[in-house]
Amino acid sequence: MTRDDDRRATGLVLTEEQQRRRRARNVAIGVALFVLVVLFYLLTVFKMGGNVANRPL
Amino acid sequence: MSMIQDDRIEAVSALPGPSLAGVGDYLALLKPRVMSLVVLTALTGLVVAPTGEHPVVAAISLLCIAVGAGASGALNMWWDADIDAVMARTVTRPVPSGRVTPGEALAFGMTLSVGSVLMLGLAANWLAAGLLAFTIAFYVVVYTMWLKRWTPQNIVIGGLAGAMPPMVAWAAQTGTVSFESAVLVALIFMWTPPHFWALALVKSEDYARAGVPMLPVVAGQDETRRQILLYSLALAPLGVAPALIGLGGWPYLAVSVAGGVEFVRRALIVHRVREGAPARKAAMGLFGFSILYLFALFLLLLAEKLVGVVPLTGPVAGWL
Repeated sequence: MTRDDDRRATGLVLTEEQQRRRRARNVAIGVALFVLVVLFYLLTVFKMGGNVANRPL
Repeated sequence: MSMIQDDRIEAVSALPGPSLAGVGDYLALLKPRVMSLVVLTALTGLVVAPTGEHPVVAAISLLCIAVGAGASGALNMWWDADIDAVMARTVTRPVPSGRVTPGEALAFGMTLSVGSVLMLGLAANWLAAGLLAFTIAFYVVVYTMWLKRWTPQNIVIGGLAGAMPPMVAWAAQTGTVSFESAVLVALIFMWTPPHFWALALVKSEDYARAGVPMLPVVAGQDETRRQILLYSLALAPLGVAPALIGLGGWPYLAVSVAGGVEFVRRALIVHRVREGAPARKAAMGLFGFSILYLFALFLLLLAEKLVGVVPLTGPVAGWL
C-alpha cells in the first residue's frame, strides 16, 4: 500500500485547491532547477571561455 | 482491526497534513521589499567597483546575493513566527498564518542559504561567498536569535547585515574588501536606526505586545526621538562621503547634501512634534523619506557610473 493509499484509507484526500497549489509548487521547483542548469551552463562558458576546448585530446 | 493496521493508521495520522503553501507564500518568505533594497545596493557595489567580472558572471553574483538575502528573510520568519503572530504588521506572514509550516520555512531558508553561498563562491570568489555567509549568519543568529529580543540596540548592531550587500558585491567583482565599499556599508549602517525607529515610534504598541525591546518600548518615545536626531546628524555627512572618496560626481554631491539636509530637517520635526496625529505624521514622513533618500543615493551612484559622469577628485579623494 502506498502513502497515498494510506491517506485515502484514513480520509486524507487533497482538495482541489490543495492539488492546484501542489501542482504550482512542482512547476516552480521545475523552473528553479531549469534556471540552475542554465546558470551553471552560462558560468562554465563565461568563466572558462575558450579554455573549455584547451586540453589534450 | 489488526494491530498492524492500527499502527499504520497511527503512523499516517502523525504525518503532517497536506501543505497549503502556494508559490506566492514562498516568495513572501524572501521578503521581496527588503530584497529590492539589497539588489539596488549590491548592484551599485558591482557597478562602481573598479575592476570586474564578465557582466553575465556579475549578474549571477547579484542573483546569489539577492537569494542569500531572501534566504535570511525566510530563516528570520521561521524563528520569529511566535512574535510575528501577535503583531498586526506581521500576522499575515506565511508562517504565523499557517500557510507554511515552520519546518518548510527552515528547509527553504537553509537550502537557499547554502545554495547561494556555494554558487557565489563558484561564480565569483570565496571571499565574496564568505562575506555572504557571514551576512546571512549575522542576520539570522546574531540579530534574529539573539539581539532582537534582548536589547534595544538590536537594529543598530543587526543593521550591519542589511548594510553588507555593497561590500559582498564589491568583493565579488574585485576579490578584495576596500575602503570605498566600507564607506557604502557605513552609509547603510548609519541609515538603519533612524529608518527603523521612525517606524517603531508609530508601531511601538505592536512591539510591546510582542515583547520586542525596541527603543521606544524600553527607553520611551522622547529618547527615541533624540536618538533619531543624533543618528540623522551622523548620517548626513556619511551620505556625502562617496563624493569625497572618488565614487560620486557633482550630481551625487548635490543630491546627497540636499537629501542630508532634508533628512535632518525631518528628524528635527520628529524631535519637536511629540503629540497626536502630527507626531505620527512626522514619524511616518521621516520613515518614507528615509527609503527615498537611500534609494536616491544608490541609484545616483549607479546612474553616474553607467552614463560616465566623472567622479569628483579632491583632497580627500586624493589622500585615499
